[in-house]
Amino acid sequence: MASTAYRVHGETGEWEVVIGLEVHAQVTSNAKLFSGAATEFGAEPNSQVSLIDAAMPGMLPTPNRECIRQAVRTGMAIGAVINKWSRFDRKNYFYADLPQGYQISQLFHPLVGEGQVEISLDEKDPEAEVKTIGIERIHVEQDAGKLMHDQHPTRSYVDLNRAGVALMEIVSKPDMRSPAEAGAYLAKLRSILRYVGSCDGNMDQGSMRADVNVSVRRPGDEFGTRTETKNVNSVRFVMQVVEIEAKRQVEEIEAGRRIVQETRLFDPDRGETRAMRSKEDAHDYRYFPDPDLLPLELDDAFLEACRASLPELPDAKRRRYESELGLTAYNAAVLTADADTARWFEALLAESARVQAKGEQEVARASANWLISDLFGALNRLGKDLAESPVSPVQGAELLALVADGTLSGTLAKQVFEIMLETGEGAPKIVEERGLKQTSDTGAIEEVIAGVLAANPNQLEQYRGGKEALFGFFVGQTMKAMGGKANPAVVNELLKKALG
Amino acid sequence: MSDITDLGIAQLRDGIRQGKFSGREVADAFVVKVSRAKALNAFIVETPEHAIAAGKAADEALAAGRPLAPLAGVPIGMKDLFCTKGVQTTAASHILEGFKPVYESTVSQKLWDAGAGMLGKLNLDQFAMGSSNETSYFGNVISPWRKRGSNAAMAPGGSSGGSSSAVAARLCPGATGTDTGGSIRQPAAFVGISGIKPTYGRCSRWGVVSFASSLDQAGAMARDVRDCAIMLEAMSGFDPKDSTSLDLPVPKWEEGLSSDLRGLRVGVPAEYLVDGMPAEIAALWQQGIDWVKDAGAEVVEVSLPHTKYALPAYYIIAPAEASSNLARYDGVRYGLRDLPEGANLQEMYAATRAAGFGDEVKRRIMIGTYVLSAGFYDAYFTQASKVRTLIARDFDNAWAVCDLLLTPTAPSAAFALGEKLADPLAMYLNDVFTVPSSLAGLPAMSVPGGLDKDGLPLGLQIIGKPLDEQRVLNAGLAIEERAGFTARPDAWW
Amino acid sequence: MSVDSATVKKVASLARIAITDADADRLVPELNNILGWIEQLGEVDTKGVEPMTAVIPNTLRLRDDVVTEGGQRDAVLANAPQGEHGFFTVPKVVE
Ligand SMILES: [Mg+2]
Ligand SMILES: [Zn+2]
Repeated sequence: MASTAYRVHGETGEWEVVIGLEVHAQVTSNAKLFSGAATEFGAEPNSQVSLIDAAMPGMLPTPNRECIRQAVRTGMAIGAVINKWSRFDRKNYFYADLPQGYQISQLFHPLVGEGQVEISLDEKDPEAEVKTIGIERIHVEQDAGKLMHDQHPTRSYVDLNRAGVALMEIVSKPDMRSPAEAGAYLAKLRSILRYVGSCDGNMDQGSMRADVNVSVRRPGDEFGTRTETKNVNSVRFVMQVVEIEAKRQVEEIEAGRRIVQETRLFDPDRGETRAMRSKEDAHDYRYFPDPDLLPLELDDAFLEACRASLPELPDAKRRRYESELGLTAYNAAVLTADADTARWFEALLAESARVQAKGEQEVARASANWLISDLFGALNRLGKDLAESPVSPVQGAELLALVADGTLSGTLAKQVFEIMLETGEGAPKIVEERGLKQTSDTGAIEEVIAGVLAANPNQLEQYRGGKEALFGFFVGQTMKAMGGKANPAVVNELLKKALG
Repeated sequence: MSDITDLGIAQLRDGIRQGKFSGREVADAFVVKVSRAKALNAFIVETPEHAIAAGKAADEALAAGRPLAPLAGVPIGMKDLFCTKGVQTTAASHILEGFKPVYESTVSQKLWDAGAGMLGKLNLDQFAMGSSNETSYFGNVISPWRKRGSNAAMAPGGSSGGSSSAVAARLCPGATGTDTGGSIRQPAAFVGISGIKPTYGRCSRWGVVSFASSLDQAGAMARDVRDCAIMLEAMSGFDPKDSTSLDLPVPKWEEGLSSDLRGLRVGVPAEYLVDGMPAEIAALWQQGIDWVKDAGAEVVEVSLPHTKYALPAYYIIAPAEASSNLARYDGVRYGLRDLPEGANLQEMYAATRAAGFGDEVKRRIMIGTYVLSAGFYDAYFTQASKVRTLIARDFDNAWAVCDLLLTPTAPSAAFALGEKLADPLAMYLNDVFTVPSSLAGLPAMSVPGGLDKDGLPLGLQIIGKPLDEQRVLNAGLAIEERAGFTARPDAWW
Repeated sequence: MSVDSATVKKVASLARIAITDADADRLVPELNNILGWIEQLGEVDTKGVEPMTAVIPNTLRLRDDVVTEGGQRDAVLANAPQGEHGFFTVPKVVE
């Protein structure tokens, strides 16, 4: 079952790549970690800056409960140890995006300890190839501000809107061995965070970004020296960085050079990584406990409330969709990969069951199939995502109900759906106004059949002479004559009778 | 009527209420005093309009029959470590010269809310680092005191040297101070006034320029114990903006004042009898013991075995915290920027900080940076933090057998300016008696005990249990009543 | 542990304080004097002793997640030595 191990083919032989990810995820909160300034994305420069964020003299941090709560819930979602006693430390370095001259972080006593994330490496069958990636820790820390270098010939501009926003740094163990594993891990982590609601996962807005630690070694050897490529902001880029960096390291080593432990930057346009000049001498961070903050002590009631507020998580949901709803493994995986999709599906399911007065498991398969093939297909075509869908779960359920009760054939349903997408109107109205209803009126169908038989005497003769394959021809002719609105079952039945 | 500026806080407060004089008269009298005392260099900025406004406000309230705030019309001096909205705040450093905060520190705001007015921003050792007020960018503060028969300029103590000098010279009836390792108590002792540092967490640190966060604590400096109690009451109280602030009600310290010490046990720590303690200091200490006994207390000998390690632990912890706290002074968002031709960002930082910080500040930042740097952290910082635990434990053990501790405030009387400047270590040793209680966060105060052979004041220190400011004040009052300290410097300035 | 001139320069660089060679040389004995003195702490037996974490027993309070500050760009920039278009500015940085 295990896929062939990923290897870099060097001139001197095969190399194995070892990958660890430090993911910075912005905690969903209204206010910053230690100040009352807003966290919203895209505001005017320096408009969401408190005196604390600007590190004015005498300003002091006070921690935001919601940020702690979300980090704890995240830890619980990955089955991690929650440390009831943790502390904030200062990481000291000088940079223009860091007003205090230190980042408040957690080194010695992080809030969340060891946990794990399961990744699936076979898209078609999520249980076929599963790997557990260890999580070392999750700590809570402040984000830095933003520098802009292209506004002025000799100056960089400093915007502190992001400075002080709460981040979770989720540190994996060096458990990944291929670009695919690194990509799957990041995607899975994003999925979990979005389910938990602790991070919106908007990678293009920087809500989630990964520091990619890569080293290479001969299979089975000791770990090699690693490099850290900072702030990689998509799953695809993470996979690229692993590939590029592993290849570069192999080339370096094979050329007789040593790998330097350093911080690198990814240039997606050039498809390369390069050493980061600004971090050249940032090796001695002089961590020590922040004396402005006391130890963080969490009680059982707080932890219990965090646990009680956790939603069903993607793996559990996927398994339940298979076992209880009878969905295929693939469909279950597709529907649970993202929290929004699962939420949409469950709204559709509930509404379908309600309007059809059936159990959810009875309508699940039809609902899943329609969502995955019809709606996703249409959205794909329109370049929209589920949140922008012109058809709501309630409207979807109405359409499915019309199919279930025989009002619409599959073909008619597709026609109606297209009209729904265009007009935003509901299926019942479309069916009513455009007369797209399927008919089971035997008299009308018999009349049409009679006409079809009369118009095709040759075929009739051949059929009656034993060429039974022509049955389909008569069905097609009848359906065509009825504009696709006849109930195919009734057509079949009446044709058989008429053909004798 | 005697000169208004001879009166203390309680007398001014009561006199205004009773209509003996107006708030405006009080403000005017002190404003004039301040303006004529430039030779002391106690103020970096004078704010007569602020004091006058508070005086007028008191008069208006009185005239309108409105209740008067606790400090209505009382003008005070504000150590220039407290951020004051719209008024230059420098921490006596070039790096903050011209900085006008857009915010008001919690402690100063509480004083204004209590009706006090501000005469100005008081000079101090740069970033509160020093024991003689010789590290200010704005020049030394001069003590109003002189050795008998000498015109040599004396140190007012530090770091709240502007505060001590101004109160002793009657430029203001009270002043705020901050105490990290003795910066209220030692200067109070040097100039013959009282000063109290409350329990760590009583006064909010919000808006106070940080030196060492785990030690910094604001407090009151005034001419007597009652005035200290009144002022501290106005300054204290829970502040949600400071995570280390104590969420406790402020006791009515003035109301609770009593010099009756019967039933109390006062401990005398054996380890404070240091080698080479001047005979006069030892004699004063003995005198203090006799006074508290006279007030009814039982005196017991106690042991604080880790005392000798307090100073070295302090000189790791305080500089370490300071090295980080002062990283924000980088020339980007406020204060001085020194940008040499062609300098990059990191060079700008280095140039700005080299030009903006004084020698002592740089020295401490260097020590702090070194003790936190890779490979040294455990040996220095962790070890010092453990020793700090032991020092606090020493005090806890002492509280099993006594309620208060009595010690000298400083190992000597005031010294001349320049006398210890060349030897930082000798300067650090000044704080030998005040630092241990700072490390343990305990309330402590200094009250004047008498004069030495040169006619310079000497102070006695009382240390209390956590949150027990009341007994500290009471013991201070008992000593004050018995010491009958009325000496004051002749006005040469 | 004692420092030499190179160490002093390294520490000054970490602390972002520009110093001359002469400054460094002057600081060497000064810092060694202080460091030598604080090293007496090594004598103290601290086995089993926890480093102090809170000076006075007190626990960290957590704040409600409410926006209470912001929209004060002018106040934030009021003391800036250099600013433009609502930004602080610094010499151009190459990342
Ligand atoms: Mg990292
Ligand atoms: Zn981080």
